Amino acid sequence: MVINDPILSIWNLNIRYGQTLAVKNNSFEIEKNKVTAIIGPSGCGKSTLLRTLNRMNDFIDSFNTDGTINFDGNDIYAADADPVEIRRRIGMVFQKPNPFPKSIYKNITWGPQINGYQGDMDTLVEESLKGAALWDEVKDRLNESALSLSGGQQQRLCIARCIAMRPEVILMDEPASALDPKSTARVEELIAKLRQDYTIVIVTHNMQQAARVSDNTLFLYEGELIEYGPTKALFTKPEKQQTEDYITGRFG
Amino acid sequence: MILALSAFISIFTTLAIIAVLGKESFGFFQQVSIWEFLFGTHWEPLLEPKSFGVLPLLAGTLLIVVGSGLIAIPTGLMTAVYLSEYASERTRSIIKPIMEVLAGVPTVVYGYFALTFITPMIRLILPDTQIFNALSASIVVGIMILPMVASLCDDAIRSVPVSLRQGGYALGATPFEVTKNVTVPAAFSGIIASFVLAVSRAFGETMAVTLAAGATPNLTLNPLESIQTMTAYIVQVSLGDTPAGGIEYQTIFAVGALLFVVTLGMNVAANWIMNRYREVYE
Repeated sequence: MVINDPILSIWNLNIRYGQTLAVKNNSFEIEKNKVTAIIGPSGCGKSTLLRTLNRMNDFIDSFNTDGTINFDGNDIYAADADPVEIRRRIGMVFQKPNPFPKSIYKNITWGPQINGYQGDMDTLVEESLKGAALWDEVKDRLNESALSLSGGQQQRLCIARCIAMRPEVILMDEPASALDPKSTARVEELIAKLRQDYTIVIVTHNMQQAARVSDNTLFLYEGELIEYGPTKALFTKPEKQQTEDYITGRFG
Repeated sequence: MILALSAFISIFTTLAIIAVLGKESFGFFQQVSIWEFLFGTHWEPLLEPKSFGVLPLLAGTLLIVVGSGLIAIPTGLMTAVYLSEYASERTRSIIKPIMEVLAGVPTVVYGYFALTFITPMIRLILPDTQIFNALSASIVVGIMILPMVASLCDDAIRSVPVSLRQGGYALGATPFEVTKNVTVPAAFSGIIASFVLAVSRAFGETMAVTLAAGATPNLTLNPLESIQTMTAYIVQVSLGDTPAGGIEYQTIFAVGALLFVVTLGMNVAANWIMNRYREVYE
């Protein structure tokens, strides 16, 4: 698929854990200010691929990669690339909500604080929580522990914490899979809202969710990129037989 | 039934110890006022004129506790952070067993290690140091409790969920920032617990301090002088030919009771701190 305004360009990417090849020779681009969904059956490598985009896999000893991932003109796996800087600009929301065991307020301010944010913290907290559609629910208890929130609220807090850093890209690893249907709907609404300001890459095993929230969809199967295209086209007229089999529920 | 009985053994033992300590201390306090015992600055129960001020023994013990804590707590915590957050699996698999060996060395060995190795080293630098001195004992007790601090802190830090660390990294934090602001605070209660256990152990440590610190009840804060700890005093009297039933004999129960109360107080305080400042993460 040809992308006019790419923010991430991935060329010939292989990802290995030790000898096991988890992602095989993927090349694709992520469109700026759009939502890109990565779908595929469990174990197909989609989370691995996502975590490679902001170097979150660095902490796994056996992990290694070749190929290039260009972000803003630079290879993020180049020897002189700074993973901390990359993660500052490419944020991440995880499958299971993981707020810090600190107050709601501190959850938002921690990231900007350690990165030397100079502006007014109260304003930042309010803006971020509003951005994550959580402000009205928590504005009177900002100093309470983040763990007093429900699972869905915790996940929106994690999104708020992420956007407080003003990242250019937000990676979401099955952000609603641990939530109930109502919370899931709220997170999806939120993604629809965030797409105006951010580039979002979301991994999901829920095809309806991919169809609802994304502009482009990438189908990954056993580490191979099978098909990549505008979501609507991919779901209505898939080009590959495997894609059709998967989205019609014949496997996975 | 047998299971319940087994559980009952430890309860019974505790009660029996409290009863014995209480009974003998009670006899002691009928002859010596609690005030004189707790606040007297002179301890000379074996020779005339007798005096029963426990402060010199308490000061001696505190000197060892503080000294060894100053050595073991920072070093142990840093070791744990290094092992859990920075060291490779290989390094870890080398250091951990070595620490366990360190923890398994009999305390009497530590005692003469202090006397024959650490003390001469100190005297090389500070020639005025007495042969028996609190510094040498503090260092050796510090080394003794270090593996305990390191190992328990390591467990506490490693039990912090990986997802919390990842949350930190995903916000553009360096490994040091994640350790300092996320992992260590989340493991705080376990870390405090390890400090308290280690300090309690230093408090009750007997053999090494008896050998290295001397047997001179001495109300001082100078670690280069010879002192006597509460435990060392108990050893001295227990080994000697002090007749059972006399006041000299009863002093060890009074000192033992004090030791017990202080240790208990520390555990209570630690529990309070843990509940007060704990960051619950599940």
